[in-house]
Amino acid sequence: MFLDAWRYAASHPQAFWTALGVHVLLSAAALAIAAGIAIPGALAAHRRPAWSAWVTNGANIGRTLPSLAVLALVMPLLGTGFAPSLFALTLLALPPIVQNTLAGLRSVDPDVVDAARGMGMAQREILRRVEMPIALPAVFAGLRTAAVQVVSGAVLAAFIGGGGLGDFITAGIAMMALPQLLVGAIPVTLLALGVDYAFGAAQRRLTPAGLRTP
Amino acid sequence: MSWVARNWDQIALALMQHVGISLAALAIAFVIALPIGVWAARNARVEAAAIAIAGFLYTIPTLAFLALLIPLVGLGPANAIIAMVAFSLVVLIRNIATGIRQVPAEVVDSARGMGMAARQILWRVELPLALPLIVAGLRIAAVTVISVSVVAAYVNAGGLGTLIFNGIATDHPPKIWSGALAACALAIAVDASLSALERRMRRERSL
Repeated sequence: MFLDAWRYAASHPQAFWTALGVHVLLSAAALAIAAGIAIPGALAAHRRPAWSAWVTNGANIGRTLPSLAVLALVMPLLGTGFAPSLFALTLLALPPIVQNTLAGLRSVDPDVVDAARGMGMAQREILRRVEMPIALPAVFAGLRTAAVQVVSGAVLAAFIGGGGLGDFITAGIAMMALPQLLVGAIPVTLLALGVDYAFGAAQRRLTPAGLRTP
Repeated sequence: MSWVARNWDQIALALMQHVGISLAALAIAFVIALPIGVWAARNARVEAAAIAIAGFLYTIPTLAFLALLIPLVGLGPANAIIAMVAFSLVVLIRNIATGIRQVPAEVVDSARGMGMAARQILWRVELPLALPLIVAGLRIAAVTVISVSVVAAYVNAGGLGTLIFNGIATDHPPKIWSGALAACALAIAVDASLSALERRMRRERSL
């Protein structure tokens, strides 16, 4: 069976590489856009306690929404294809990044910030040289969760015409063609595991030496 | 809106199927996770291994997992329930183990001093004190299971996902809306009620 899957992929190289490319592009773009919104957003919310509560509650609710429901809700509004899928996946990636960035910033000891201020650091400098390095592992934890979720969600994008490896899975299930199904399911599983591992390794490396636990 | 009014029975049936399959999966996952979690609380090696394996399962994309099960168990609710159980294990095991390990050693010691056997200590001291964290794990697992079961409609497991897939296939937005919004509402409601329960337990135990 695995051999059949291998043969199927080898005999349809064009289709396979296109689907993989779309999958990676869709996931990476959604993650990048979400990070570009969520990290500055969380920084801004951290400075304003009134916003912080709203943003936290919003992220908590966003975190509970089923991925497929979000993709399905976007479809009647924006139609099918790559762009609606990208929009939905970006929405799905926001909550974990916001949650973890805020948690990271909150974990900074106020005494440390006071000490930095006492040393004459400006607000910007405190953020860049004290708060961000301490919060960075948490930010990466959020990116890791979001990345795995986006790779997984991008499989479901096949249902709204987003392309990607999910196409092989849906076609494989529809025609009960196991090799085709595996050509979608195995690479996407490896992709998710690889992304999880890579972000985990980055998270450990980016932890400041003083905060590292052996 | 008129579609919803005319077909509320269809929506209610899908919702009930959804709740039913989710509860079944959650119950099975809990029965599996409890002994593993208790064991993991006593043994760091077991914990590392259990979390690594369950974490690996959790990372597999939902639809890929359901698809990979087809050659083994075919289409239908069994396939969905296996996937849902697999996705819930990591958070349940971790929270059960952490919850038990958090119980102060003095409390366990005094229970032993009162003549309680290990089994009694587990059921009457450790697990009750770990309950807020166990409920927190159940909350996350419940939300995960509800989300997986939307996708599981694609492998004929029924539930609210059926409305979404039928709606997409027939290009009928009211069906998509009602399925997707009902699934979101269910997830939010379950999350909110279990987190309220968790807060109340924490207050009662003043942890």
